[in-house]
Amino acid sequence: MLSAVLALTALAVVFGLVLGFAAVRFKVEGDPLVEQIDKILPQTQCGQCNYPGCRPYAQAIADGEADINQCPPGGDEGVIKLAELLGREPKPLNPDNGVEKSMPTVAFIREDECIGCTLCIQACPVDAIVGARQQMHTVIVDECTGCDLCIPPCPVDCIDVVPVEPTVSTWTWPKPIDVAELPREAA
Amino acid sequence: MGRPQTIGSQAKPQLWDFPGGLHLPEHKIDAPIRSMPLPKTLVFPLAQHIGAPAKPVVEVGDKVLRGQVIAEADGYVSTPVHASTSGKVIAIEERPVAHPSGLSARCIVLASDGRDKAAPGRTVEDFKALELVELRNIVRDAGVVGLGGAAFPSFIKLNPGSARIDTLVLNGAECEPYIACDQAVMAEEPADIVRGAQLIMHAVGARQTIIGIEDNKPRGIAALRKAIGEQQASNVRVVVVPSRYPQGGEKQLIQTLTGREIPSEGLPLDIGIVCHNVATASAVWRAVVYGEPLTERVITVTGPGIKTPSNLRVRLGTPVEDLVAAAGGLAEQGARLVMGGPMMGFALPNARVPAVKATNCILALRQADVRPEEPAMPCIRCGACAEVCPAGLLPQQLYWHARAGEFDKTQNYNLFDCIECGCCAQVCPSHIPLVQHYRFAKTEIWAEEREKRKADAARERHEFRNARLERIDAEKKAARAAKKAALQAKKAGGDPVGDAIAKAKAAKQAAPESDSKATDDPIAAAKAKAQARKAQKAQAEGAVPSAAAAQEAPKDDPVAAALAKAKAAKAAKQSDDKPDSDA
Ligand code: SF4
Ligand code: SF4
Ligand code: SF4
Ligand code: SF4
Repeated sequence: MLSAVLALTALAVVFGLVLGFAAVRFKVEGDPLVEQIDKILPQTQCGQCNYPGCRPYAQAIADGEADINQCPPGGDEGVIKLAELLGREPKPLNPDNGVEKSMPTVAFIREDECIGCTLCIQACPVDAIVGARQQMHTVIVDECTGCDLCIPPCPVDCIDVVPVEPTVSTWTWPKPIDVAELPREAA
Repeated sequence: MGRPQTIGSQAKPQLWDFPGGLHLPEHKIDAPIRSMPLPKTLVFPLAQHIGAPAKPVVEVGDKVLRGQVIAEADGYVSTPVHASTSGKVIAIEERPVAHPSGLSARCIVLASDGRDKAAPGRTVEDFKALELVELRNIVRDAGVVGLGGAAFPSFIKLNPGSARIDTLVLNGAECEPYIACDQAVMAEEPADIVRGAQLIMHAVGARQTIIGIEDNKPRGIAALRKAIGEQQASNVRVVVVPSRYPQGGEKQLIQTLTGREIPSEGLPLDIGIVCHNVATASAVWRAVVYGEPLTERVITVTGPGIKTPSNLRVRLGTPVEDLVAAAGGLAEQGARLVMGGPMMGFALPNARVPAVKATNCILALRQADVRPEEPAMPCIRCGACAEVCPAGLLPQQLYWHARAGEFDKTQNYNLFDCIECGCCAQVCPSHIPLVQHYRFAKTEIWAEEREKRKADAARERHEFRNARLERIDAEKKAARAAKKAALQAKKAGGDPVGDAIAKAKAAKQAAPESDSKATDDPIAAAKAKAQARKAQKAQAEGAVPSAAAAQEAPKDDPVAAALAKAKAAKAAKQSDDKPDSDA
């Protein structure tokens, strides 16, 4: 009996050591959790989460420093996805970080008013603005994330935020109104 | 007449079956094809099918001829758009188009000059002498797309790639109620269909063609059999299939004719088959041999709301209201117009939208014919939907998950194998708009994928930018460090300014002894002065590059600002959030 207990204890110790060693020896480089969180974030790179971009926010979530409800562009949907990934309870967006836009937007430069100061180019986190010093600047619509970071630096206020209207190729079918969703069990 | 009758029916061909399906009232007309008068205005949407929209190559005011390219293909899954009559381009603008969204899209608008002058084309004597690539290019440049309704560019389906194709299936089933244009084309252009079949077989390397036609189209069956006999096309045969909706679904027809099943989310190509619509085969033939671009098609204008239901040969771009007028007009004010059939079609927002390559039918329904929207009741799990689903899906599961927004689960139940035939919704005793739920789920999934692609691109660009800023920063630092090092080296080694001062001091000290020598040494003084000047210049030069670097690097970097903000927030949080988070 005693020998069995001793043998098992010895085995447990040995396996513990092996596992401990393996954990140190075969440590995975990079942090897959950060990657997974970053995949959920919308990559708007707007800084509204109080981090300098989506990836740093992902890191902060993974480190337990930031909450999961700080990204307005991701909206409640994003919070739910993060909650699912991290096994937490979803919660409403933190209003301190801002509110979700009702519709996707892009920046639009009124080109004849642009003085070519390049300040917006410097502000754009995804290099979505082209133009040279003293020449008019243009937003590449397909690259613009709608982060609005280029709006405040413009000294002549020639950048507008315009909503992205659905086109024939991006339109989605509306969700059918479903009476079945009303509680009817009693009826 | 005896001979064509026997071909293909000597031995009754073996038929297989597909699951589900419905017997629906046919309501089909059997009318000859009538040509319409030339419309005054024609509208050509730049996007006529999936894939990239075409790019206009004409400007407002340009005169164009029939068959002239007015917008060219942009990308692989794209075909050019041709003027369908001669006239003048009067606008390139947003116009309402035939789309379930009711949205407008960019269109080229043409005012017909009534002369219908054709652009010169080139003809081909022997298509077998052409390279296959050339053949496909001709078909693409002619703007030929599938005329069965999906309007997928045909030249792509002429390229089997590495797949080995044994059979070409021509789809003449035309199973949806009311639609009758394919039957008319089979009855009136059978020779071109059979020739087109030879051409497509040549292009894809198939040995045989099976033309599948539902048994309710005797005129089409007879005409094609006759044409096959006349051309002695022993490699082409007509197989009559039972009329059952949706027999004309690509997968369903192939399954009925060959017993082969296309794998989930697969293509006919995967099982050695290429499938085209019968009218497409004719269009491919005419495009290659006569050099005729696709500028017209046959459209059935029908339904209880139409005075004289007709099969019309329509110039593409003709407004639907002209089609309705050519079919005797509406039988009742306020009739509802549907593009396509009653099962898979969609309501038109207005009658000014143009007929396009994908338009096979305009259906007019009177108020009385429109089934009042009955309120959906809860699903009673009766399973009727699964019984009729021709794709062998579980519509009820799809519905539950689509409704709950669990799109990944709908994909586990093979949402994308759903052909939106509407059988399930037709039989659902609870009147649940099932197909709408599936369309909703599909478009949501596509939208998600688009967003994902966009996010990935944004991530990449952001990372690229960060790397660039870091590099510039590093360069700046390196430049500063180099300058510092240079200054220190000068101090330690031969700092000219220091040297001069030291020399002057030494001279002063030496002055009591040899006053005249110091003041009288002009050479030493000049040397010291020159050295001092050089040092000043070097300093100034050193300052220039670093100033440039500073200009290049953003002064008020938003990222840096956010970083600072984050730090501040973190500090603030640590100080006052602590007790909260513990609670
Ligand atoms: S708030 Fe902006 S920067 Fe932060 S994660 Fe969301 S999109 Fe990215
Ligand atoms: S253009 Fe303006 S709104 Fe668009 S991504 Fe750049 S900074 Fe943001
Ligand atoms: S037919 Fe309608 S009620 Fe019956 S199981 Fe299907 S969805 Fe539910
Ligand atoms: S609409 Fe889709 S799910 Fe419904 S019967 Fe047709 S293929 Fe099946």
